[in-house]
Amino acid sequence: MTAPVNLAQTERSQQEIRRLRRRALLALRYLILIVLALLFLFPIAWSFVNSIKLPAEALAVPPTYLPTEISLQNYEELTTYGKIGIAQHVYNSTVVALITVAGSIVLSTLGGYGFARFNFPGKNVLFIMVLSTLMIPFQSILIPLFVMIVQVDLHDTLFGLALVYITFQLPFGIFLMRNSFLAVPHEIEESALLDGCGSLSILYRLMLRLVLPGIVTVAIYAFINSWNEFLAALIFMSDQDKFTLPVFLTTIRYGIWGDVNWGALQAGVIVSIIPSLAIFLALQRYYMDGLMGGAVKN
Amino acid sequence: MQLTLFNLSWEQRRKLTGLLFVMPTVAFVTIFFIIPLLMTIFMSFHDWPLFGERAFAGLENYQELSKDRQYLKSLDFTFRYTALVTPPIFILGFILASLVRHNIRYIGIFRTIFFLPVVIGLGVSSLLWVWMLDDRIGVFNKILLDLNLVPKAQLFLGRPNTAMNVIILSVVWKTVGFTMILLLAGLQAIPDELYESAEVDGAGYFRKLIYITLPLMRRFIALALILSVIGSVLSFDQFYIMTRGGPRNSTISIVFWIFNNSFTYFKMGYGAAMSIVLLGILVALTGLQLYVLRERE
Repeated sequence: MTAPVNLAQTERSQQEIRRLRRRALLALRYLILIVLALLFLFPIAWSFVNSIKLPAEALAVPPTYLPTEISLQNYEELTTYGKIGIAQHVYNSTVVALITVAGSIVLSTLGGYGFARFNFPGKNVLFIMVLSTLMIPFQSILIPLFVMIVQVDLHDTLFGLALVYITFQLPFGIFLMRNSFLAVPHEIEESALLDGCGSLSILYRLMLRLVLPGIVTVAIYAFINSWNEFLAALIFMSDQDKFTLPVFLTTIRYGIWGDVNWGALQAGVIVSIIPSLAIFLALQRYYMDGLMGGAVKN
Repeated sequence: MQLTLFNLSWEQRRKLTGLLFVMPTVAFVTIFFIIPLLMTIFMSFHDWPLFGERAFAGLENYQELSKDRQYLKSLDFTFRYTALVTPPIFILGFILASLVRHNIRYIGIFRTIFFLPVVIGLGVSSLLWVWMLDDRIGVFNKILLDLNLVPKAQLFLGRPNTAMNVIILSVVWKTVGFTMILLLAGLQAIPDELYESAEVDGAGYFRKLIYITLPLMRRFIALALILSVIGSVLSFDQFYIMTRGGPRNSTISIVFWIFNNSFTYFKMGYGAAMSIVLLGILVALTGLQLYVLRERE
């Protein structure tokens, strides 16, 4: 009589134990995640905290943990820092990024459409040629690029730098946009073709909306990559007025304008981090699509 | 008859249109990639200063490479750095991917946080880290001193060994999120049923790891490793910004040495010869990547 009851009880208590163990493991997982998350956020948070200290406190030895007074003076100092102040460098970086974004979108969309929907002699060779540039790191062709850019007087111009950046974006952009166009069913264009619409108007009126996610992805990568790029910007710009943000910040770190102003430098770090972070956080889904599409599937 | 003629010309119009659509891209790639690539080869056989006469030099630049001690040192340093930075990125990336694998509540926030440093530029992150690592105003020394873990402030970037270690720390922070996402995609592609049936058979964590997880995600592992290796071989920003190549020229990577020769000493032909060697290394690595990724399909 009692045996089945006991059995049921032990079973229930075993289930209870298992549930408790699962809960404990889950709690442990969250604990580890939280600790790691704090460690990962620390450098950015620390930079921000120091950027809003008073300039003198930001230079204190040893450093203070928390600001005794919150101030935007480091940011104000940046506006007059160096030869021309940070605004010009933010402008430089923005202009280069916008040209890169616009150029990458136009070229990748046209090219992706061409490779996805048309047959023409040499198509495969040209497609492989574009993609094979992925194998060649731009670092190894910077010397002739520099010589060429100097030759046509495009060094020290934001446009020249943007042209180079657009080229770096193309293999990825073409690959992604071609896949976007391939994913659109043929029937959608066919009726428009039968109605006698031209290819450009089909692309513009019909297809653009359908491949918009791909375009957004191309735009995000073009922006973030050009905004962050350092080596080419360092090489192609010798005029300090034309420095992009990362190159300008490096001149602060190297103490070209006198003693290294660490408070102002951290304010500059925050200024240059914000656009990339904002774009990433707002459009994360598209960014991840690109990462998976670009890295895994090719 | 008329119909076929009409069809033919329409076909041809389509061909021409297609060609026009890809033309701008092809022009860009030709001007800014193919021509510079050929020019790199051409320049590597020349004595090519920025200003002044350039002269044919035959194989001289390549011969000079074998006598250039800093070049050999830079090769050695770059490979050592790559060998040292890849395992921590991979292992931490794998741990993070395992931690954020299941869709438990708020997990998206953690994935995002671990990935955040990836979208910050390496140049800017280096500027952030060089300041945190400073012996006088750096926060690491402050914390270590406050916890009595070190007797006096450490010059992390002032000695070759510690410089290597702290730069690796900063790069792991900056790039591990990327590896995490790749490995996460690999982990999520493994069907849960496999684990369930293994558990029925009494397999523990490590048996599941070795017999299910690792073999089934080897393409993702290979991709993560190769991309990480390529990135490390090409590294420049962190050394240029954090150590300026020091102490005693011990942290000059290959790209850094190419940069110095080409844009500081303006020995561009010599820089081009080094670029060709770098190119060879990278084409080999990418070839390996394509080979590994093709295998399963």
